[in-house]
Amino acid sequence: MAGLFELPAWEAARHIRGGELLAEEYVSCFLERMEKLDGRVKAYITVVREEALKQARLVDEKVKAGARLGRLAGVPVAVKDNICTSGIRTTCASRMLENFVPPYDATVVERLKAEDAVILGKTNMDEFAMGTSTETSYFGPTKNPWNLERVPGGSSGGSAAAVAAGMAPLSLGSDTGGSIRCPASFCGVVGLKPTYGLVSRYGLIAYANSLEQIGPIAFNTRDCSLLLSVIAGRDLRDSTTLSVEAGSYDGALGGDLKGFKVGLVKELMGEGTHPAVVEALQRFAGKLEELGAWIGKVSLPILEYALPAYYIIAMSEASSNLARYDGIRYGFRAEGEGLDWSREFSVTRSLGFGSEVKRRIILGTYALSAGYYDRFFLKAVKVATMIRRSLTESFKKFSLLLAPTMPLPPFRLGEKISDPLALYMCDIDTVPVNLAGVPAISVPCGFHEGLPLGAQLIAPPLGEGRLLKAAEAYEKAAPEMFKRPPLG
Amino acid sequence: MGEKSKAEKHISRREVEHVAWLARIELSEEEKKLYTQQFNQILAYFSKLAELDTEEVPPELHVVSLVNVYRDDKVEKPLSRGEALKNAPKKREEYFEAPKIL
Repeated sequence: MAGLFELPAWEAARHIRGGELLAEEYVSCFLERMEKLDGRVKAYITVVREEALKQARLVDEKVKAGARLGRLAGVPVAVKDNICTSGIRTTCASRMLENFVPPYDATVVERLKAEDAVILGKTNMDEFAMGTSTETSYFGPTKNPWNLERVPGGSSGGSAAAVAAGMAPLSLGSDTGGSIRCPASFCGVVGLKPTYGLVSRYGLIAYANSLEQIGPIAFNTRDCSLLLSVIAGRDLRDSTTLSVEAGSYDGALGGDLKGFKVGLVKELMGEGTHPAVVEALQRFAGKLEELGAWIGKVSLPILEYALPAYYIIAMSEASSNLARYDGIRYGFRAEGEGLDWSREFSVTRSLGFGSEVKRRIILGTYALSAGYYDRFFLKAVKVATMIRRSLTESFKKFSLLLAPTMPLPPFRLGEKISDPLALYMCDIDTVPVNLAGVPAISVPCGFHEGLPLGAQLIAPPLGEGRLLKAAEAYEKAAPEMFKRPPLG
Repeated sequence: MGEKSKAEKHISRREVEHVAWLARIELSEEEKKLYTQQFNQILAYFSKLAELDTEEVPPELHVVSLVNVYRDDKVEKPLSRGEALKNAPKKREEYFEAPKIL
């Protein structure tokens, strides 16, 4: 018999609301898994055990009293540690924010609580979400639950690893250039990056505002759909949110894929793509075809320029966003008497930030500085326009685009960390989506030597329903791809 | 900027020092050396964008165009002084303590 932790979250919530399952029991089973496994996986930075149990018991009391419970009644959720949680330390996996306790909740966290979800803890990540492997965390790397010598992907590595290892049924990540989809792919779970503006960024600690979105990670598509339904919708505290009605994506699920036109993107399956990834993707496309979709090919030559454009924009925005860390109002402050203003800032920032964060701040400062602005930043933004136009054009012909999520299977810890450019190159298939502001989902689509591989479906703006429908149809047709890692 | 060696084609060590100072990040000698080498590699790759003609392309930053967004100008509950000061590493009475300016 499957363990309680394997019960889909949407089903658990239903049972809890109906009084057939105690929230306390459901939440406890994840806390027990954590105790057993997280010493090895290290998915969490902070676990709020007592508070989670207290919230679970409150849910059980409400059920007993006959109250109407929310869509996530008693469901524990792991939250990436760059999303503010009132009263719970939020570190961004940085020494700079090691002791930062936000006095407020991010909008997404408020929305979880309003649906009676239970916050389980805060997950590990690359420092300030800058990375592809969760190795730049000040607290040490998260391990891939499928193979503890491999990276879980990043930057939301803890969120994806927690879900894969059954240490949370649902988690929130953030995706600036692939940070939800990459770890979802490497850990063999479902991760969705929403349309820019669909989900409020209020309370998300900023890295690159024009690119990032908070999004759901789950073990199955229906759970992913449920979590997205809860967090999506306009928020007056984030003026970039779109005025779309918050609703449910569940209505989009079910049925076959007749009428779907799916375009395999040639440029994202180029020479650098691992043969096992290409093969898995072809089988994935074959499955969609069996489900009624029409599969075609599409060439988008401009995508060759997506990676440098992405990094220039992300680093530039980072240099501006991270200027706020001066060690005065919050955060790390270097000890030192008699240092002048500028010097004290410089020493504080030098000790408070890790190597990759400093690299990006300095390069971003360079790309924005006089004489280089036109050549780097402005140019990159213009290239982003071209990429967006090119995708818009392709969506006149295709309902979805298809590409690998990652060009390679999960690599070894330490394998790429000393070569920044080599690590950046791993984001080649995910960054175009952020530059275009469109939604995309990563779905488990195969294994190579016991390591998960992911397929990436990309939709036009607000096409989340389409993504979830296709992912769920695939999941039903290929359940063998949605497996648990053999962790014991 | 003076002469640059081949390994410093895009950015010199002195420029790295200068930009790091603009960003208020003090670098160790080791970091200066490593960053100069890595930045040259990374900037060489970024220079790929120069191949593209973008003369006629507008720089658009958002996928869905938004016009001005307004909300009601009503007073909401702000953070209390205690809450605002809670995370400050150095404070004195009811103030943040900043480094010396003069």
